[in-house]
Amino acid sequence: MAQALPTTAPGRLTTALERIPAPVWVIAFLLLLMPAFANNFVLYQIFGWSFILGMIALSLMVLAGYGGMVSLAQMTVAALAGYVVAILGTSGVPQISLGWPWWIHIPLAILIATLFGTLVGALAVRTEGIYTIMITLAIAAAFFYFTRQNYVIFNGYTGFNNVIPPALFGVEWRQPVPFYYLTLGCATLSYLAVVWMARTPFGLALQGVRDNPRRMGALGFHVTAHRIFAYTFASVIAAVGGILLVWQSAQVVPGTAGIPQVIDILVVAVVGGLRRPIGPFIGALIYAVLSVFSSDILHAFGMSGERFKLVIGLGFLAFVLFSPDGVLGLWEKYKARRAASPDPLLGGGR
Amino acid sequence: MGTLQNFSTRHPIWTVIILVLVVGLAWLVFAPWPPGLEQVLGRKRIFLNAILSGITLGALYFLVASGFTLVFGLMRNVNLAHGSLYLLGGYIGFGVVESTGYWLLAFPVVFVVVGVLGLLLQHQVFRRMEGEELRQTLVTIGLSIVLADLMLWYWGGQSYQVYSPDWLSGPMELPIISSLRSNGDPVYLTYPRVRLAILFAAIVIGLAMWYALNRSRLGMLIRAGVDDRDILAASGVHIQYVFLAVFGFGAGMAGIAGIVGGTFQSLSPGEDTRFLLASLVVVIVGGMGSIPGAAIGALIIGLAEQIGLVYAPTYSVVFTFLIMAVVLAFRPQGLLGAQR
Repeated sequence: MAQALPTTAPGRLTTALERIPAPVWVIAFLLLLMPAFANNFVLYQIFGWSFILGMIALSLMVLAGYGGMVSLAQMTVAALAGYVVAILGTSGVPQISLGWPWWIHIPLAILIATLFGTLVGALAVRTEGIYTIMITLAIAAAFFYFTRQNYVIFNGYTGFNNVIPPALFGVEWRQPVPFYYLTLGCATLSYLAVVWMARTPFGLALQGVRDNPRRMGALGFHVTAHRIFAYTFASVIAAVGGILLVWQSAQVVPGTAGIPQVIDILVVAVVGGLRRPIGPFIGALIYAVLSVFSSDILHAFGMSGERFKLVIGLGFLAFVLFSPDGVLGLWEKYKARRAASPDPLLGGGR
Repeated sequence: MGTLQNFSTRHPIWTVIILVLVVGLAWLVFAPWPPGLEQVLGRKRIFLNAILSGITLGALYFLVASGFTLVFGLMRNVNLAHGSLYLLGGYIGFGVVESTGYWLLAFPVVFVVVGVLGLLLQHQVFRRMEGEELRQTLVTIGLSIVLADLMLWYWGGQSYQVYSPDWLSGPMELPIISSLRSNGDPVYLTYPRVRLAILFAAIVIGLAMWYALNRSRLGMLIRAGVDDRDILAASGVHIQYVFLAVFGFGAGMAGIAGIVGGTFQSLSPGEDTRFLLASLVVVIVGGMGSIPGAAIGALIIGLAEQIGLVYAPTYSVVFTFLIMAVVLAFRPQGLLGAQR
């Protein structure tokens, strides 16, 4: 006992590291070494974009998977964060942009977007299930139309262009390799934050609220507060994703959070799988690859390259109809089938 | 009438407030305005036009939202492809009017075609996932993406206008004084005849729906289903037939609304989400599953949108949204929604 005590802390760390399965190490190394063998287009347009999309979809996954609340307003929260960065920071519209330094406008953008997301949550949790979808969709649409009509703050139809990240530490963050690592870092952090959150007492209570709100209420948990805080937590992730998204495309316009884009986030999250935090990133990667190469793929099947939305819609329908848990669900089904299939030598189940 | 008396005895203050508002509105509409008021609100003609456009827009919203709210109330299915059915109905109606030249013919054709599409959807897709509300909603989202792209493929990105027949075109004089000439003669308000026809038709359809819901056997089944679907099924009713009827009817109504919308506005990609959103807000404000609620919600949203457009163009969308937020905050089930 006396000998065991001093080694507890490092021992826990090594066992925690040992518990990480081998495929995770492989994927982590692949992602870290990606710039060595992928070209700039793949790094910036496919991986950068899918990390960002994945983060915004992850915020939806937190709400839907752990909270049982499908909110379509997460893209709106992200876009608002982007707008705040453009308004308070620098952009190609100097009449409106205030040009504040990065250490003010980035935290403020996250803060404002989080407050907005919390407010949306406070409204949305007054309803349940499908009502939540309707209300958040209506809020998202209202935001879209409002930004399109408001020229004083949001610069209306044209929005803001030339919104670029500050050159921190002398790095040009919009160069493909730095941007790749920036998005990879943010995505990893938010992924770990979600994994950690799900194991905290709050996360466990949230999942309890999802499964049986009445029982959790009877146990003394404040059901509404848990739900609203889930929105707050998810909005932070969405806000960071939104800022990155604006930096990636260097612009923020009303169409950044238009209805199709809002729906796309849902598509990404559902196709990837809403059960686990890795799902949205898988969905985002599929979505990004499909949208970048859609015209080539469609031409290969002898169709015109414009029918990208049709492919996405049909794919989404196929997943919802046949595998509601997304790609992850397919994978788990495959594993379950393999485990159930008889061993060729011994016979019977493994 | 019984419900009205109930309302006035239970909420005397609200009754008085509503009465005062109605009388004030009637005075604003019918009396010639004193100059002081014109300075505040602008010309009376503009105000009246805003009110009338609001009511006609509300009529259109009602046509779209009534099917939506019925489907929702009965099947707990938020049909987010409702806007696509609206747009599809409009396009098909445009095709029928172009090829035959009969405006009225478009209505039964579109009702049947879009209604049958609705029947197919309910029978082939939604019936397979009954009780899985979230999944049904996701399916309708997928359907709306696919339908929107198919329609864009076939009809292209340009906007279409359904032409109204000759007997409905041109303006019409209303017995409402818009202003006084210098010699004291009243000038009466003129308004497009086709819009009044649409308003009239919407009122007739609304009353017919109310009558069918409250007096017919099918209506009785539907109301019972809205209240408690399981008990209705347990008492020996083939509830799948009721579902089919309601879904087909709701889809057909959306299609018809598409022709109406195409006649007094226009049809283009993107209108589907616009009207889906309008139905959502109308149904949230009015109360899910309630036809009178849809009528009141549609009227409020239509008026708010048009009056907002005249007096505060930048923020007209915000009015709509604010109304929704206020209703949600104080009466989450909607103005006429039942407490569940």
